[in-house]
Amino acid sequence: MAWLLKKPTLVFLALFAATWLLAKYSSTWFESPSLAWAIDYPKTWVLPLKDYVSAAMKWLVEDAGFGLFSFTELTRAIAWLIEQPYEFVRAVLATGFFDGIGRRATQIVPPLSWIAVTAAVVALGHYAKSWGLAAIVGLAFLYLAVFGQWESAMVTLASVVIAVPFGVAGGLMLGILAYRHKSFEAVLKPVLDLMQTIPVFAYLVPILFMFGFGPVSALVATVIYAMPPMARITTMALKNVDPEIVDFGKMTGCTQRQMTWKILVPSALNGLMVGVNQVIMLSLNMVIIASMIGAGGLGFDVLASLRRLNIGGGFEAGIAIVILAVALDRLSQALAARSTEYSPPPREQGFVARHKRSVTVVVILGITMGLGLFIPALQTYPEAAELSTGAFWTNGVKYLNINYFDQFEAVKIFLLTNFLLPIKRFFLGIPWPWAIAMITLIGWKFGGWKLGAMNFAMALFIATTGMWEKAMITIYLCGASVVIASIIGIPIGIWAALSPRAGKVIGVAIDTLQTLPSFVYLIPVIMLFRIGDFTAMVAIVAYALVPAVRYAAHGVRHVSPDLIEAGVVSGCTKRQILFKIRLPLALPEILLGINQTIMLALSMLVITALVGTRDLGQEVYIALTKADTGRGLVAGLAIAFIAIMADRIISASARKAKTRYGID
Amino acid sequence: MTNAISRSLMGAAAAAMLSTAATAQVESMDPIKLTLHDWSGQLINTQIMGSILEEAGYNIQYVQADYIAQFAGLKTGDLSLAMEIWATTGQEALDEAVASGNVVNAGETGLNAIEEWWYPLYMKELCPGLPDWTALQNCAEAFSTAETAPKGRYVGGPVTWGGFDEERIEALNLDFEVVHAGTDAALFAELESAYQRQAPVILWVYVPHWAPAKYDGEFVEFPPYSAECYNDPSVGINPNAAYDCGKPRGPIWKAAWAGFEDKWPGAFSAVQAYTINNDEMSAMVAAVDLDGESIDDVVNAWMDDNEDRWTAWISQ
Repeated sequence: MAWLLKKPTLVFLALFAATWLLAKYSSTWFESPSLAWAIDYPKTWVLPLKDYVSAAMKWLVEDAGFGLFSFTELTRAIAWLIEQPYEFVRAVLATGFFDGIGRRATQIVPPLSWIAVTAAVVALGHYAKSWGLAAIVGLAFLYLAVFGQWESAMVTLASVVIAVPFGVAGGLMLGILAYRHKSFEAVLKPVLDLMQTIPVFAYLVPILFMFGFGPVSALVATVIYAMPPMARITTMALKNVDPEIVDFGKMTGCTQRQMTWKILVPSALNGLMVGVNQVIMLSLNMVIIASMIGAGGLGFDVLASLRRLNIGGGFEAGIAIVILAVALDRLSQALAARSTEYSPPPREQGFVARHKRSVTVVVILGITMGLGLFIPALQTYPEAAELSTGAFWTNGVKYLNINYFDQFEAVKIFLLTNFLLPIKRFFLGIPWPWAIAMITLIGWKFGGWKLGAMNFAMALFIATTGMWEKAMITIYLCGASVVIASIIGIPIGIWAALSPRAGKVIGVAIDTLQTLPSFVYLIPVIMLFRIGDFTAMVAIVAYALVPAVRYAAHGVRHVSPDLIEAGVVSGCTKRQILFKIRLPLALPEILLGINQTIMLALSMLVITALVGTRDLGQEVYIALTKADTGRGLVAGLAIAFIAIMADRIISASARKAKTRYGID
Repeated sequence: MTNAISRSLMGAAAAAMLSTAATAQVESMDPIKLTLHDWSGQLINTQIMGSILEEAGYNIQYVQADYIAQFAGLKTGDLSLAMEIWATTGQEALDEAVASGNVVNAGETGLNAIEEWWYPLYMKELCPGLPDWTALQNCAEAFSTAETAPKGRYVGGPVTWGGFDEERIEALNLDFEVVHAGTDAALFAELESAYQRQAPVILWVYVPHWAPAKYDGEFVEFPPYSAECYNDPSVGINPNAAYDCGKPRGPIWKAAWAGFEDKWPGAFSAVQAYTINNDEMSAMVAAVDLDGESIDDVVNAWMDDNEDRWTAWISQ
């Protein structure tokens, strides 16, 4: 037996073969009462955890109190506090201020005119970087006006304007606390992991219970979703502050507060701004889900159009989200870069000369608002001059549907019978005790006994809460999609790295795909492929492709030039350089990309439940429509656990690969 | 132009008349919160009700909420009024909420819901004998796709809608397989796609909805529903199985928070009095979803055309 342990690959091959055989022949176990339990987890063994969670939630909302006030009163007070600035910003940007209520209300102050808002972002672009950036953001906002997305875009912008400061401040506080106290960091880390892996749908119901129906709940959900990267980046950025600066602070006798706010945070500003940028982008990712619980804006337009099968309308609103995201992304990145530059103190000049941009914007605002009373086009972009690309998208999908459906169908049937269904049968066939043992063993092999124990506990949780079958369908669907996404994505990434020109085009395409809400292409995909697992897979691949491409490109591009030179000197062909030097050295990065692809695929599962799948995503979605807190959270936790297990195993093997190639 | 002017004049006159008469009756200026869902008919229905209550002087607020999840809000009073609870899909949730004592059934909207298997007219050539359900016994294959062949493929609603289609197929000995759509939108995307190609399709359709106005088609005629047919296997065509009949048809209810009547008694009687019929609703839904008119315009037009009706409801 000893020689076997020296050849772990052989052992694992043998175990895989055993698993495969088990999966293939286990279907007969259903008939034998002594074995059926191993295939189909018995209902009587299910731990009613979801009922406990629902009961706890009910108690929290209905009975919990702190003496002077109840828990619900506390959360409603918080909701009120968030609502006030939101209502104000929304009125300023989108709706204007009203006197009276309802249909008979009259507008007393109109919202900022579209010209003034555009002028303001142009000025901001110029302030942050250059005329070039000013032109980009100006054109982006002009697009919103010309294509009739203005009012919705401003509602969305208002929610971003409110959600981002909360997300940044919350993330900053958590990050600083984690930096100061090691014990807090140890607690925070798994919490952040869960916040990033539990699907948003799973905690929408408790948020609705606590903060009431409406935009505030949407904002709270957005903040929870967007905050974790900020917290992580804060801790990391503070740790990376030059120790000499910290020593300097200690020598001058700073208090802890001075140390944090006068020395650490300013020194780490560059890193912190990356976090701010992340919060902005994630907030925009949330607009569709937020609009399901009352946020309105572009997200609602996407949803409403698709319910009417107005594919063009959905695309238009979706592209408006992309445009808004691009503008905010560029602006915040430029501001981040600027914040670390030294700017000379202004020379003594008059107020106007020192604030040229602000004054110009205020003047434009005054003129457009004043004249806007007489010439409405200056106030709101005239409807008659709006353009629409809607018909183009609708007809495009129709053309594909009518002329190419049979070809799509052929590809679909081929992949279904030769790829998807065998994988599905394999995963559903593995007896669950065996599967838990295998997952534990894999964890032990890659990450030692700790990872093994964690895997065991998490897999057991999934089985005992009665989620096993749905979890297996989840893993099958997600796994198949990740394989396809990697097969497509990694070569594209390598190509982007090797050819700068292709890299540019691919970069734009990837950015668009990442910010375009997945709902936009969900309905067209259903029309072309019909309801079923294949359709879900196509949608997941489209969404999860991005990191596979990005990380592969990054890894191949950043191989040390010395090593490549060494290859060239020793007479390698181009092919050899790629396969013998670049790819092996990029392997850890590529693995991390696959890791991210898995994370995105899992988060997309909840969305594909809208197509009609039978996995954990569907469980979460059903819980949402039934307002069942426990059911949603337990299924959400199961998804999170799958994500965390995959993440840990892949990270551990990426570390091993790094040590093997001596990169670290 | 003249139409617009006369309309606004009429509106102003009505508002002036009512602001003296109606505002005096308003018991509380706290907002009455009406729930909005995601299908146009419900939005129109709710906004008409909201506009009427506004004319009566009440403070109205619209809130987005999920169809079933809203009951949690209705029970606590976070939400005040839901205008469309379908007997076909929401009866259970409504009965449960009413039994809790925190929600009241505020009567019928006057709309009648039909939910049943539905096919485009061109399918009649491939399956003669439709709309009678027995035709489906012989031509299931005409509705099949590569994944389900030789069985027919029936696209059902989201699993949360219930519907007992698997049981119905079994009981009526139909050679069909149910594929559940995840959402309403996915369901009608299947229809749109098949209709563009004139390809076979049979699916769950409900009215009032825009689909029957956009696509030519019919409901399958199953043996009529009865409660006994669902509960008692011996009743119906198949003596050994329940669900051997069609789906229930029934009213669309209004549901309100139990404290509604005490807080705004005048508004509550207007809500109870409010009725509208299927034809009106179908026309309005088609105007919005097919002709692209805005919901506000459609609601305002209805308010102008039906002033007698709604003034009677609020003066009760």
